[in-house]
Amino acid sequence: MHIIVCLKQVPDARQVRLDPETHTLIRQGVESIINPYDLYALEAGLRIRDERGGKVTVLTMGPPQAEDSLREAISYGADEAALLSDRAFAGADTWATSFTLARGVEKLAPFDLILCGKQAVDGDTAQVGPGLAERLGLPYATWVRKIEAVEEDRIRVQRLMDDGYDRLEITLPALLTVVKEINEPRVPSLKGKMRAKTQKIPLYGAADLGADAGQVGLSGSYTQVMRVFAPVRRREREMLQGPVEKQVHDLWVNLKNRQLIPFDVAGSR
Amino acid sequence: MDYFLTEEQQMIKEIAHKIAEERIKPVRAELDEKEEFPTELLKVIAQSDLFGVAIPQEYGGFGGGCLENCLAVEELSRACLGVSTSFAASGLGAYPILLFGSEEQKQTYLPDIASGRRLAAFGLTESTAGSDAGGILTTAQIRGDEYILNGTKQWITNGGEAEIYTVIAITDRAKGARGASAFIVEKGDPGFGFGKKESKMGIRASATRELVFNQCRIPKSRLIAREGMGFIVAMKTFDQSRPGVGAQGVGVAQGALEEAIQYGRTRVQFGKPIITFQAVQHMLADMATQTEAARALVYAAARFVDSGAKDVSKISAMAKVFATDVAMKVTTDAVQVLGGTGYMRDYPVEKMMRDAKILQIYEGTNQIQRNVIGQELNKEGGRKK
Repeated sequence: MHIIVCLKQVPDARQVRLDPETHTLIRQGVESIINPYDLYALEAGLRIRDERGGKVTVLTMGPPQAEDSLREAISYGADEAALLSDRAFAGADTWATSFTLARGVEKLAPFDLILCGKQAVDGDTAQVGPGLAERLGLPYATWVRKIEAVEEDRIRVQRLMDDGYDRLEITLPALLTVVKEINEPRVPSLKGKMRAKTQKIPLYGAADLGADAGQVGLSGSYTQVMRVFAPVRRREREMLQGPVEKQVHDLWVNLKNRQLIPFDVAGSR
Repeated sequence: MDYFLTEEQQMIKEIAHKIAEERIKPVRAELDEKEEFPTELLKVIAQSDLFGVAIPQEYGGFGGGCLENCLAVEELSRACLGVSTSFAASGLGAYPILLFGSEEQKQTYLPDIASGRRLAAFGLTESTAGSDAGGILTTAQIRGDEYILNGTKQWITNGGEAEIYTVIAITDRAKGARGASAFIVEKGDPGFGFGKKESKMGIRASATRELVFNQCRIPKSRLIAREGMGFIVAMKTFDQSRPGVGAQGVGVAQGALEEAIQYGRTRVQFGKPIITFQAVQHMLADMATQTEAARALVYAAARFVDSGAKDVSKISAMAKVFATDVAMKVTTDAVQVLGGTGYMRDYPVEKMMRDAKILQIYEGTNQIQRNVIGQELNKEGGRKK
C-alpha cells in the first residue's frame, strides 16, 4: 500500500508573537515545526503501513528549508519524501496550493491513500485537503477521528461531527484529513534519525510539474492576504443584579437593544 | 557545557529528552503513586530504538557504548528514575551476554533486547548475599544436557516483567569465588517463578521481585562463558554498568536543579523572588556545580570504558559513587529550596529525593564502591615501589 502524507511546515505557534506596532508576525527566532495536525496524519499512515506493509511518502510544498520537515518526518518513520519548491510557488493561496500539490501527487503515483491534517495552525483554512481531493477527483472524508479498517480497495472511517460521528466506507484511492483524536504520534527513532540525515529527497519545481506560472503561487491565487492584525480586545462587563425576574427582564432588554434578538420574535412574546 | 558529543550522541540525547518531556513527565507522579510498571513508556522507548544504544549493529543495536547508554539514561532520569531504572536494568541484564556470551547466545538474545521486544534483568543478590557476593546459596547442578537451578534471588529489578534473566549461581561450592557461574534463564522455563512485588520508598514505577528457582531446568547451552566465570562476569558487567548508575544520578540531580531554579524565580517572599536572596543563590550555585562535576566525571569514565581500557573498575566506581552522592545531596537541597511546597506530593522534588536514595544503594553500595577504589589505590601503590 502506498500512502502519501501531506505536510506543512509552520512557525511554532507557541512562540509566535505579533509586533504591536506593525501587527505583523514576528518570525525572527521562531522555530519551524511540522504542522501538529499533519503529525497525526503521518502517524495514521505509519500505522497502516506497519500493519499492512507498503510505504509512506511525505510531500510538502514550501521554501527550500521545508526539507527539514520532510527529514523530520523520515525520523518518525516515513520511507520516502518529495519537496515541491520554486520561487514561483510563493504566495500561494489554498487554490494554487492544492493545484501544485495535486501535480506533486501525480509525480508520486500510483498511490492508495492520501492523508492530511485537518488544517494548518497558521492559515487555519482547512481547505487544502478537500481541495487536493477535488483536484485529483478522489473521494474524501474530512475530520477523520478513527480508521476502523483498511482493505485492499476500501477504507472504513469515523468522521467527527458536532453532534457525534459518521461512519463512512470509502473506495480507494481516497483522501482523508484527520483530527487529533485519531492517535498519539510516536517519537522519532534513532535509526529513523540516522536515515533522515542522508536520505536523498527529490525536488520538483514548476517546470518539473509542468505548471504554468499563472497556475501557481501568488499569480495562480484568487485570494491575497492584505493585512495580518490582532483584533482589538474589548472587554465590557455588566453585572445584572436584583431579583431573578428583574435580571431576566434587564437581560432581555439588553439583548434586544443590541439587536441580538430579532424584533419579531421579541414582539411575539 | 559542551562535551563535544558526536552528531549520533546528540540524537540519542534529543530522542531521550523528547520522551522524557512529552511522555514521562505527564505520568510520572501517577506511576509513582500507583506503583505501576511503565509498560507503555517502555514500548515508546523501544520504538525509538534506545534499548539498542549500547548493543552492536550486527545484533540489531545502534553500536554505541557506555557513553551512549549514559546519555540516554541521564535524559530519562531527569524526568523519572523509576522509568530509567526499568530501562537501564534491561541493559544490565544484557551485558553478561554482550561481554561473555557465545555467538549463538548473542544471536538469540541481543536482537530482542536491542529492539525492546524482550526486557532483560540481572540477578545476583540473595538474602544472604548483598555486598558479600560470596554468600550466594543458589546452586546450578549439571544433569545430562541440562542445569538444574535451586535457590532464590532477591530484589531483582524488572523481576517478573523481564523475559530474559542473567543470573549467578554456584556450580562448585568447594572452589569458593571460582565456583560461581552465569546462566541465562527465560521466563517460562520449568521451575522458574517469581515472588511478590516489593513495595518501595522510591523508584516505585520499577518492578522489584524475587526470582524463585525450584528444580528449574535449563539447557546446558545457557551457561555463559565457562563454569567458574560467574564472579568475573558479574564484576565486568558492573564495570560497564556503574557509569550508567552515575548517569542516573546526574539526570535526577539536573531535574531537581531545574525545578529549584524555576521555583526560586517565581516564589516571592519579602517582596522579591527568593532566587534573588544570596542564601538561595548559593544553594543553587552549589547544586549546579556539583551536578556539572558529576556529569564531567561520568562522561570521562564512560569514554574511558569505551576506549577499551582494561582497568576501569576504579574510575567506574568513582563515577558511580560521586554522581549518586551528588544526586542525594542535590535532590535534598531542591526540596529545601522549595520548602513546604517541596515536601508536598503535588510537586516532583520529594519524589526525586526518595528516588535518588536507591542510587547510593544498588549495583554496589557507595561504601562498596569506596572499597573498590581503595583496593585499586593499594594495588597501584604497590606497583609503584
